Amino acid sequence: MKNINLIGGLLKMKGISRKIFSILSVAMLLLLAACGGNSTGSETKDNNGTSSTTDGVVSAKFGVISYLTGAGAAYGEAITNGLKLAQKDINALGEVNIELVIEDSAGKADQALNAAQKIMSDDSITAIIGPTLSTEFFAVAPEVDLNGIPIMGTSTTVDGIPEIGDYVFRNAVPESLAIPAAIKKAVERTGAKKVAMIYGNDDALTKGGFEVMERTVKEMGLEITTIETYQDGQSDYNAQLTKIKGTNPDLILASALYNEGAVIMDQARKMGIDVPFVGGNGFNSPQAIAIAGDAANGLIVATPYFGESEDAKIKKFNEDYEAEYGKKPDQFAAQAYDALFIYADALKRAGSTDREEFRESLAATKDLEGILGKFSFDEVGDVIMDVTVLEIKDGKFVEFE
Amino acid sequence: MLLEQLINGITLGSIYAIIALGFTLVFGVLGIINMAHGEIFMVGAFVGVTTTGVLGWPLWLAFIAAIVVTSILGYLLERITLRPLRGKKGVSHLAPLISTIGVSILLENLSHHIFGAGNKPFNTSFSEIRINIGSITIYLVQIVIFVISILLMIGLTIWLSKTKAGKALRATADNLETASILGVDTKRIIILTVVIASAIGGIAGVLVGMAFNSVSPQMGLSMGLKGLAIIILGGMGNVKGAMVGGLILGLSETMLVAYGNSGYRDAIAFIMIIVILLLRPQGIFGSKVSQERR
Repeated sequence: MKNINLIGGLLKMKGISRKIFSILSVAMLLLLAACGGNSTGSETKDNNGTSSTTDGVVSAKFGVISYLTGAGAAYGEAITNGLKLAQKDINALGEVNIELVIEDSAGKADQALNAAQKIMSDDSITAIIGPTLSTEFFAVAPEVDLNGIPIMGTSTTVDGIPEIGDYVFRNAVPESLAIPAAIKKAVERTGAKKVAMIYGNDDALTKGGFEVMERTVKEMGLEITTIETYQDGQSDYNAQLTKIKGTNPDLILASALYNEGAVIMDQARKMGIDVPFVGGNGFNSPQAIAIAGDAANGLIVATPYFGESEDAKIKKFNEDYEAEYGKKPDQFAAQAYDALFIYADALKRAGSTDREEFRESLAATKDLEGILGKFSFDEVGDVIMDVTVLEIKDGKFVEFE
Repeated sequence: MLLEQLINGITLGSIYAIIALGFTLVFGVLGIINMAHGEIFMVGAFVGVTTTGVLGWPLWLAFIAAIVVTSILGYLLERITLRPLRGKKGVSHLAPLISTIGVSILLENLSHHIFGAGNKPFNTSFSEIRINIGSITIYLVQIVIFVISILLMIGLTIWLSKTKAGKALRATADNLETASILGVDTKRIIILTVVIASAIGGIAGVLVGMAFNSVSPQMGLSMGLKGLAIIILGGMGNVKGAMVGGLILGLSETMLVAYGNSGYRDAIAFIMIIVILLLRPQGIFGSKVSQERR
């Protein structure tokens, strides 16, 4: 009897589309709620030692906000791996002792803010690293700055990040430095006159990169044949690429993260588009080659980090990282690694975990030798360093000539 | 260029249609929306990547592996999360929906942990085979996807209308209680439905992996939502509707990019669905009488 009622109810329900709509909208809401709630899997390291000076060694706790679950978790993974490796190396040196408290932001601004609030409520935290995305960073940094806690972005390359406040820093090379360098070199060699553009329009990083690209292209007087967009996590780019192919560009400027960018290149090459691609910071990763294979050949990027470099420090970093995590490090891991060394250096010079003193000494960072080269902050807390233009040739990154 | 975009649209639409078929089958029989279907599809794609890429199996074996794995998942989904809720006193009709959402999150996080974040390439020489007609390039994969989607639709229609199992399935969909009184083993039929729907999802996963060369743990969500939209567009529980709805969505998305602004791709495609539903609330092939849902 109950069964019949239930089935009858279902049948009636199915007949009326409006009800289906309401059920569907409930379903969507639930799904959203579920997505928002499933990302609490964070890694926290909790030793009993709080920030104190024992045996003359300064011991500090740094909060880390990183993109560890969701579509872009690969970036957060690389960053936290880089940080953990740096932590190990710094603590082994014995000049300072660093503890990391890692929280997940799931790539969402609101969750990043929650994570930041959780970290800020802990008075023993000296400073913060992260969050991963510029979108998240713009939500978190003003709050953190207001509380007088130093914060540094290791992967946040959009314009205007260090300008948020006195306590806000970054060691990620801004797009406005990297992209024009790459485009200029690419145009110099190929003699390109017409460019097509494609970018992800729902992320501050790829959108910011696109704006820099557009500005540079206009300054250089190049013709833009078409501007195409895609959304995060899309897997079919054939429609956009067919359109680009129809406009016959000499060069394609793709402001994409490597995850999407590599798939875009793969589909473009299959379609018979064989012009070079110029990418932003987020495109520079050996993973692009791992995903796209031969199709990645012809990608031009500017970067502070050249993984195939013969430099002894980078070689050692590559070996250590691969031994620890089983894959090659990318720019994100390298920048995170350097970031913790910048913090460690500031901590050593400050000699205390006081946030104010730490900020002063951090701002004074000058010509610090990291794996990415000499590093200094300018007066607002932005990066001063040299970039190298690279291209992918025969399945690996080489210096672009 | 128009021809190339048409091919792109038909490929995308056929994939949407195959995914929607899985939704529509489960909805037709059980009257529930299987929110885990997108993730079962994703698992199918990962099985394809693992068997061809890591283990180096041939493609046909990858298809069989994907079908086997997703069928087992479908069976477990029915036995563990759906059957215990069926016909129990005081169980809300939303309960099975919620439990499938739970399964979808479980599967997504699980594959995240097993396979890691980010896109995995799907390397098979099959996806390189192409035919050049003038300046137009057609990949064999694109043709295969279209043919498989048509075959699945025809196969399902014949199976449902002509075979004994299909008739039993329709009887069960009509009225579970009556069907079981008349001697239909409804438990078996329901399991069969969920397993077939899941296997179709698995096939779709391998096809998508081959066509777009990108497989990630998150791919199930957006495909799942599109599949859901399509069965509403085509008519709930209707096999032909799933096919036509899928092609409409795929083609309109592609054409919007080709002749409009790619930034509005999803927005305009879904506005179009809303307009169609305003004109035909029961969906394109849906009938107002609840009994003739197929």
